[in-house]
Amino acid sequence: MKFNRNILFIMLLAVVTEVQASIEVFACEPEWAALAKELGGDRLNVYSATTSMQDPHHIQARPSLIAKARRADLLVCSGAELESGWLPLLLRKSGNASIQPNQPGNFMAADFIEKRDVPEKMDRSMGDVHTEGNPHIHTSPENILLVADALYERLGEIDAENRADYLARYQSFEKQWRQSLEQWKAKAAVLSGANIVTHHTYWTYLNEWADMHVLATLEPVPGVSPSSSYLAKVKKQLSHQELKMILHVSYVSDRPSQWLAEQTGAAVVALPATVDYQGGQTLSQWFDDLIQRLVGVI
Amino acid sequence: MCSQSIVAYSATEEELEKKIESLEQRLTVVEKSPTSQPASQTSANSFNPAISVILEGAYASYKNNPEDYELPGYALGGEAELASEGFSLGHSEIILSSNIDDKFFGQFTLALAEHDGATELEIEEAFFETLSLDYGFTIRGGRFYSGIGYLNQQHRHAWDFYDAPLIYRGLFGNQYLDDGLRLSYVVPADLYVELGTEVFAGGKYPAGGNHSDVGSWTAFVNVGGDIGVSHSWQSGVSYWAADDIEREYGGHDHGGVGEVPQFTGDSQIIGFNAIYKWAPYGNYREQNLKLQFEYFIRDEEGDLVLLNSSPLESSSLNSKQDGWYAQAVWQFVRTWSVGLRLDMVDSDNSGSDAAVLKEAGLASAGHEPKRASIMAQWQPSEYSRIRLQYNRDESYQLTDDQVYLQYTFSMGAHGAHQY
Repeated sequence: MKFNRNILFIMLLAVVTEVQASIEVFACEPEWAALAKELGGDRLNVYSATTSMQDPHHIQARPSLIAKARRADLLVCSGAELESGWLPLLLRKSGNASIQPNQPGNFMAADFIEKRDVPEKMDRSMGDVHTEGNPHIHTSPENILLVADALYERLGEIDAENRADYLARYQSFEKQWRQSLEQWKAKAAVLSGANIVTHHTYWTYLNEWADMHVLATLEPVPGVSPSSSYLAKVKKQLSHQELKMILHVSYVSDRPSQWLAEQTGAAVVALPATVDYQGGQTLSQWFDDLIQRLVGVI
Repeated sequence: MCSQSIVAYSATEEELEKKIESLEQRLTVVEKSPTSQPASQTSANSFNPAISVILEGAYASYKNNPEDYELPGYALGGEAELASEGFSLGHSEIILSSNIDDKFFGQFTLALAEHDGATELEIEEAFFETLSLDYGFTIRGGRFYSGIGYLNQQHRHAWDFYDAPLIYRGLFGNQYLDDGLRLSYVVPADLYVELGTEVFAGGKYPAGGNHSDVGSWTAFVNVGGDIGVSHSWQSGVSYWAADDIEREYGGHDHGGVGEVPQFTGDSQIIGFNAIYKWAPYGNYREQNLKLQFEYFIRDEEGDLVLLNSSPLESSSLNSKQDGWYAQAVWQFVRTWSVGLRLDMVDSDNSGSDAAVLKEAGLASAGHEPKRASIMAQWQPSEYSRIRLQYNRDESYQLTDDQVYLQYTFSMGAHGAHQY
């Protein structure tokens, strides 16, 4: 009997330690999965709900996502209503109290950034606008640092035992990131003042960081595909200005961008929407790639 | 004494320096960041529930008279009748939903529909749901669509076709909802496994009558997952049972006196469903394919009475009804989808008085109802949709051609749709 009880105790302990072995992180987008991995390393088991080929506004609340949300200790998402079409349903169906809104396990990156494009008035005729402002905050390398600062603290809150470790990892990440920032800034200097057209208001934060001027957006309103008459209007509007490039995000059709490129002679730059986390890319590699692609056409 | 305190002092000085250093570091971070604390721009109306209004209407055209509609082998009830010919408003809905606090979520759906010239207000849903039971458990209480089947839980504005599958029309009068409680549990595994059970008052079609405790109950299991990044699936089995039912079917005019068939007895339903979706790279917005299949079988035993008949006509009833539908919807570009649906139902009903069964519509007379539907829809955004649908309807002996032109618009906040 006593023997049995010991075995039971050991088994229980094994179960408990297995549960504690790693913190389950559910990232809504690959960029936050990559950032969490930088700050938590092997302590975290990080899952990204989307890939860089998916439009994060339009994700289905699939069974597999509910199953992942069920077991998550920490949710890391962009917020600012980017995921409002699917995340609330996932949270409700998950039966997981620790990741509900306003719990420590619910981390919304956009809460830590001063957002752009905050609309003064709202109307659905304006398309996929977000009351809280542009949610694609990860496109500026400076924003990444701000989110990293808040995220390592949150990790320390969730997993208090290893707080010092998260701090140490954050400090080394910050140091490296600041060095990279200087290099990127130097490299992107040639982009300053360049006139561009973007497909969606996806790259707002990047454009601001690189000091590029957005002359027009190919979508008449966010999230709505351009008609040919609208494209013709854009072309006419651009006729007096020197257009350097057309930024195109990987998850939408590139036909409108290609058409405008043929008409104006500007280069189409296809930018991967985010980190290819599933393919093993890091945040810094992604920014290297972005800046290389932009500078390449100047 | 003195040297000791100096040592202590220098130690604290070192500590202080470290602290200052780290504070300085933090300060630069703070300076860089305009807001290091969550910047929530809360206005008074962010506390209001999310409100959405669904506008739905259609133009319907039939070859046969829609009032002659029958589904032999199935006595119809609930909302099974066909939409009236010409222009008509469908279900207009007002949906309010919100997290009530950190523990509960609530949703209220009011449906407005016109029946025979009178506007009817109907509380379609009014439920709360727990957010913090944890360990995968959720309790829902109030009035809600039952978790049985796949289509049953979806609001009709989320359906891929204008009308309900024949088996839903025959068994549930389109959709099954009631007042009660649901307990569901999501298993902590990579494979999605949801177990659920519900208890209901049992007053709503296809149950019915007054029950002092539980009138009907259900149990269901749903499993699902992904296959690679482009494919996903879900499959479920569900069970519904109700005892001591007192169910009245839709009125049936006979010689000026409204004879209403009434069933008293026990009923149980078993359902199976399977859903598969494909989207290149999992990017559903641009292109996706959805395959959907459901099968139900119902077993009933009891008595049938024709109310208002004189002398009172009655019969025993032993009924077996089953049916399925299969559909495919292909959204080939962002704004256009096409779909195909096949329906088939069958029945095997017997009783002590075949004439009473016939009168109630429960005699199939060897006819196996079926229907084929095609549809095309234009959805300029996720908030608007215009659909054209054609049914070749062989529900009863006289084949009908049915055409629907339907619009569905949603205004305001729009909650996420279920998978």
